[in-house]
Amino acid sequence: MTSILYRIMALVLVAGLSAIAYGHDHADAVKGMGLEGTAKADALKACVRPTDWMRRNHMELIEHQRDLTVRQGIRVQKDSLANCVDCHARQDDKGQPVPVTAAGEFCQHCHGYAAVKPSCFQCHSTVPSPAATAQR
Amino acid sequence: MSNSKGQTDMDRRAFIAKTAGAAAATLVAPGVFLHAVAADQEQAVTDRVRWGMLVDTGKCADGCTACVDACTTENGLPNHGRPATDPTWIRKVRVRDNFTGKETNLPLMCQHCEHPPCVDVCPTGASFKRADGIVMVDRHICIGCRYCMMACPYKARSFIHEDIEIKPTNAPRGKGCVESCNLCVHRLDNGQAMTACAEACANAGHNAIVFGDLKDPGSPVSQALQQLPSRQIRADLQLNTGVRYSGV
Ligand code: SF4
Repeated sequence: MTSILYRIMALVLVAGLSAIAYGHDHADAVKGMGLEGTAKADALKACVRPTDWMRRNHMELIEHQRDLTVRQGIRVQKDSLANCVDCHARQDDKGQPVPVTAAGEFCQHCHGYAAVKPSCFQCHSTVPSPAATAQR
Repeated sequence: MSNSKGQTDMDRRAFIAKTAGAAAATLVAPGVFLHAVAADQEQAVTDRVRWGMLVDTGKCADGCTACVDACTTENGLPNHGRPATDPTWIRKVRVRDNFTGKETNLPLMCQHCEHPPCVDVCPTGASFKRADGIVMVDRHICIGCRYCMMACPYKARSFIHEDIEIKPTNAPRGKGCVESCNLCVHRLDNGQAMTACAEACANAGHNAIVFGDLKDPGSPVSQALQQLPSRQIRADLQLNTGVRYSGV
């Protein structure tokens, strides 16, 4: 059930992304997705997997890792939700991290467009941990 | 292969294991060990380890709340000023012997039972015991029914009644799920074999909480259990708790 839902969400997401990519507000959209700016991800060429794969499947990756982490204590930093947030959270003018769920931010930009409300952020932090922020 | 040869091999293995263990348990700061078994973030935990504690109630000081405070900070426990519903992972309990009048302090938290009643009653499989003995709630699955809270003999579990403003990266939580002490599982998984409460107690100079691997005879907790008489709280329930107490 959940995976069907995710698949539908992924399709909507891809449709949404293509619409954005070819829309007249291309520059704004790219900016909103954090492709230029102060997020760690902005300085990188690709995510933890190829970009087109990530667009469709990032939720599978996170869900898979979630069970491994909680049940078996496997904490691969690379594929963790904490790493998503750490890498994609932008900093504001004062150097404070902006929640990835704020309007126009990396996660919210697509989730909002596709009207997806993932339950991750009901419990999980939307900004990098203070320790991760301090390391920058 | 002869028996004697097999025996020699066993001894050699034990020797190698001990040497490797000694080399891998590095002292980072007083009371803070980087432990070989917990160090690999990418390996699944195994039942070669069982985490546990010994609380020496004789050393637990009147009025000291170092362990409780450390737990609150480490795990970002929200405080709305409503003690009846605010989550509590560890609390100080004062017990009195009615005959002698002797009063004893002890910190009480999830006892990390080998046979946890919360796991027995959980209808969803959210309450579970990890291979290394930590009893936890998988809050991705918990439906918030609170059967586990009713079943726990130690009143160790809390329900999150209110919306959560600050969600710590190490201890995610949201309204509607149950949670309890997880022996600072994020520390263990990242190679630090020391809970926040035991560390704080040691830093406050009391050393009432000794933490470690119950299956490793050389661990601080196993050594302490060798020296002190200890008991389980509600031993009659035969839960084989991972947390033991001495002096009660
Ligand atoms: S509250 Fe959650 S963990 Fe407890 S019994 Fe119900 S489903 Fe299981």
